[in-house]
Amino acid sequence: MKATWIIFFFIVFAKTSIAQVMISGTVKDNKGKALRGSSITLKDSYDGAVSDSLGKFSFKTFEKGKFLVEAKMIDYSPLTKEINITNENITINFNLKEELNELKAITITAGSFEAGDRKRAATVLSSLDIVTTANANADITGAVKTLPGAQQIGEQEGLFVRGGAGYETKQFIDGTYVNNPFLTGAQDIATRGRFSPFLFKGTVFSTGGYSALYGQALSSALILESIDLPERTEASASVSSVFVGAGIQNLSANKKSSYGFNYGYTNLLPYFKIVKQQPDYFTVPAFHNLDGNFRIKTKTGMIKFYTQYNSADLGLRRPNIDDANLKNAFGVNNTNWYNNISWKDFLGNGWRINVAGSYSTNTDHLLQEIQNQNNTKTTTGLSYIDNSNFTINQTANVSQLKTVVEKKLGGISYVRFGGEYWHSYLKSKYNNLSTTLNDNLFAGFAESDIYISNSFVAKVGARVEHSSIINKWNLAPRISLAYKVGKDAQMSFAYGDFYQKPENIYLFNTKNFTYTKATHYILNYSKMNQFYTFRIEGFYKKYQDLVKTYPTYNNNGSGYAQGIELFWRDKKTFKNVDYWLSYSYLDTKRDFNNFPTQLQPTFAANHTASLVVKRFVMKWKTGFNFTYSYATGRPYYNFQNNGSGFKIKDEGKTIPFNSLSFSLNYLPHLGNQKAKSFIVWVASITNVLNQNQVFGYNYSYDGNIKQAINPPAQQFFFLGCFISWGIDRTQNAINNNL
Amino acid sequence: MKKLILLTFITVSFIATSFSQNEKYMAAMGSTLQQYSAAKTAEEMIAVAAKFERIADAEKTQWLPYYYAALVKARMSMEGMGGDKDKVADEATELINKAIEIDKTNSEIYCVKTMICYAKMMVDPMNRWMQYGAEANANLDEAKKIDATNPRPYVLQATSLKNTPEQFGGGCATAKPLAEKATKMLAEFKLATPLNPNWGKESIEAILNSCK
Repeated sequence: MKATWIIFFFIVFAKTSIAQVMISGTVKDNKGKALRGSSITLKDSYDGAVSDSLGKFSFKTFEKGKFLVEAKMIDYSPLTKEINITNENITINFNLKEELNELKAITITAGSFEAGDRKRAATVLSSLDIVTTANANADITGAVKTLPGAQQIGEQEGLFVRGGAGYETKQFIDGTYVNNPFLTGAQDIATRGRFSPFLFKGTVFSTGGYSALYGQALSSALILESIDLPERTEASASVSSVFVGAGIQNLSANKKSSYGFNYGYTNLLPYFKIVKQQPDYFTVPAFHNLDGNFRIKTKTGMIKFYTQYNSADLGLRRPNIDDANLKNAFGVNNTNWYNNISWKDFLGNGWRINVAGSYSTNTDHLLQEIQNQNNTKTTTGLSYIDNSNFTINQTANVSQLKTVVEKKLGGISYVRFGGEYWHSYLKSKYNNLSTTLNDNLFAGFAESDIYISNSFVAKVGARVEHSSIINKWNLAPRISLAYKVGKDAQMSFAYGDFYQKPENIYLFNTKNFTYTKATHYILNYSKMNQFYTFRIEGFYKKYQDLVKTYPTYNNNGSGYAQGIELFWRDKKTFKNVDYWLSYSYLDTKRDFNNFPTQLQPTFAANHTASLVVKRFVMKWKTGFNFTYSYATGRPYYNFQNNGSGFKIKDEGKTIPFNSLSFSLNYLPHLGNQKAKSFIVWVASITNVLNQNQVFGYNYSYDGNIKQAINPPAQQFFFLGCFISWGIDRTQNAINNNL
Repeated sequence: MKKLILLTFITVSFIATSFSQNEKYMAAMGSTLQQYSAAKTAEEMIAVAAKFERIADAEKTQWLPYYYAALVKARMSMEGMGGDKDKVADEATELINKAIEIDKTNSEIYCVKTMICYAKMMVDPMNRWMQYGAEANANLDEAKKIDATNPRPYVLQATSLKNTPEQFGGGCATAKPLAEKATKMLAEFKLATPLNPNWGKESIEAILNSCK
């Protein structure tokens, strides 16, 4: 019994005799900067502390013996040190190393506007932004035109970027090239894109210096990434002043797969009855649009398929410029079928694969006629007029297969490589003259994202291509660097060579061509967080080997483009108001086609600016959107060949371009929890102030008469109602406003 | 006899040490909870969260210290304390996931998960409501399903509705009935241990006061 007591007292005595020991020190980063808020823990005990603003910490402990002390801090790798606690106070210092982190590391902003990636707080344009941009009428290109770098071109579809022509911008969906991204239209009238902005979760508008994964685009790439599985099953319908549509989207119960169909019919007949158009439409534009998709989630990846079939008819008459008694009649019947399938997956061990295939076929039946006052076909005996009597029947097929393999290196650096194969087939029948063009284009590419730290990344890559039709190789190096210069701020630089084979219209004449070439240099400063985006970018581009059509078809063209662009977006300063402002200065000249020398091309204005303002008024459940676009006048020319070559006979600049657009979105069921459907009303009007718009001039054969190119109507009005069933968006809207 | 004494001694000391370990845990949690209720500045909150985490790491089998560490971080993210809201919310997620590993069916843990979703969403509501709104609702449903008597899912729901404009189905009209329900549930709620979560009364009272 006694022994027990002795032991007991011994324990009590021993415990009280143990003194507390003080453990203290400092926590710094690799560069010796004090780290505040680092947590220091004596492992397997409750004891520890948090470092103060000088990186200092201290705590007391009763523990004795060997222990591990850990210091950890967000964004840094934790560090553990062993200590032996006796009766002495201990000083222990930590130097923590910054952790490389994919989401926190910087990405290169030089030359590109990335949009729609929800992981990053700062995006430029989301699909919702596109449909609420007043001038765009839910057309992706229309919204992208409000960003710096893009021209305000109204007489042709396409994106004209930094002195480049429309065909120098290519669109890519899930990695593969889209051959006919725009609806077929008539000369001097721009058309809309074929694809709805809601198909895409991500849009990257690259104005230069883009990745080695993309080729055959001299000036710009619009890179679209399709959405994954839809949020829920829903049915939808729409009625508007120009179209009707209906669709379903089904998400499987296990949320692993989905499928959907949509049908839309557009007919402008009722609209043209009310709003007078300049041309005389003998076939009012009408389109059928049918699309389908399925998406399957695999264990670690995703398979996506999208198909779209489109048919269009239109026909119009305009006065003949050479003879006031004659008319030019133009008719087109177009069918387009587009298919895209892609598979993305992780293969384990840091390997990732992305395989994409696309196939499209496009058929145009074009009819061009000289007609008399009775609208019947006629000939004059003057070849320069009678040349406008022709038919073209052409079919263009493009198949593409692309594979990209990605391997994660140490940290967050990646190496990416792969190849692609495009087969292009074009059969064209001009009156009775048939021509076929076939091209097999192979490309191989490799690039690497090397993170030296969270603040410094280098992307180095190269692309090699061979096109069978011109039987030439090219090798294009691409380099870009980004360095973080402060909170949310970075400087980046991009350089690259870009090659594009000559357009088919030139290849009909000769195949003795080389690639057209552009070299881009871009310097960018950007500062962005979730509320503000500010960017300033300067660029210089050198064009080489552009196609000349006189005296022979050759690659003797050249040119340059340089400029400065600004972008500012602010979602915070004014309550419920989101606005952005873009400005582009462009100095460019090129010698191509039949230009007698280097001249500023007709698709380049020196100054372009856009202001986009959006305001949502909760009380009225209504959004009000405005866009004002301005561009200085663009040059126009008349070249006449006096036998010794083309000379400028007449030239000038158009009046400046001004356009104010307005749109309104009314969501009557917003917040109504009992509503079975969700309705969006949209009303919009372009060129509210009815300002005169001149996009250029057409000349008579002798160059003595010139005629302004105006839009078919100065203004466009739209009223539509979009309904969907099956989605409880109310809850989403509530959460939106928490 | 000696053998018996020795055996008793060993048994007693065994109980004593295990009891003292538990006592030590209870005491540490109690004092940290007090520290938490007094914490106002970001610095104090960081210290409290770190202390809960140290207790959790040392104990390894207790969900409560991880739960509280995550709760503190979720609140810090919501209130913009301690730097980047996203990073703080990510820290909270890491902590609450450790709590889930210890106790997979715990209504309180899903309440903190809901709060983290709200915190993430509020960083960029326009672009994030689709994802985090749905996740928050799923977590709320799970919390209610696991324990129908837990008032805190209703506290969170009432608070979020109170902060939602009337046009969007929020405001007093929808928040008040839920707040009243939460009040009743809070009164009836029985604490399993004195350390278990017992918050919600203050925010419900604030809602009822401004919705008279």
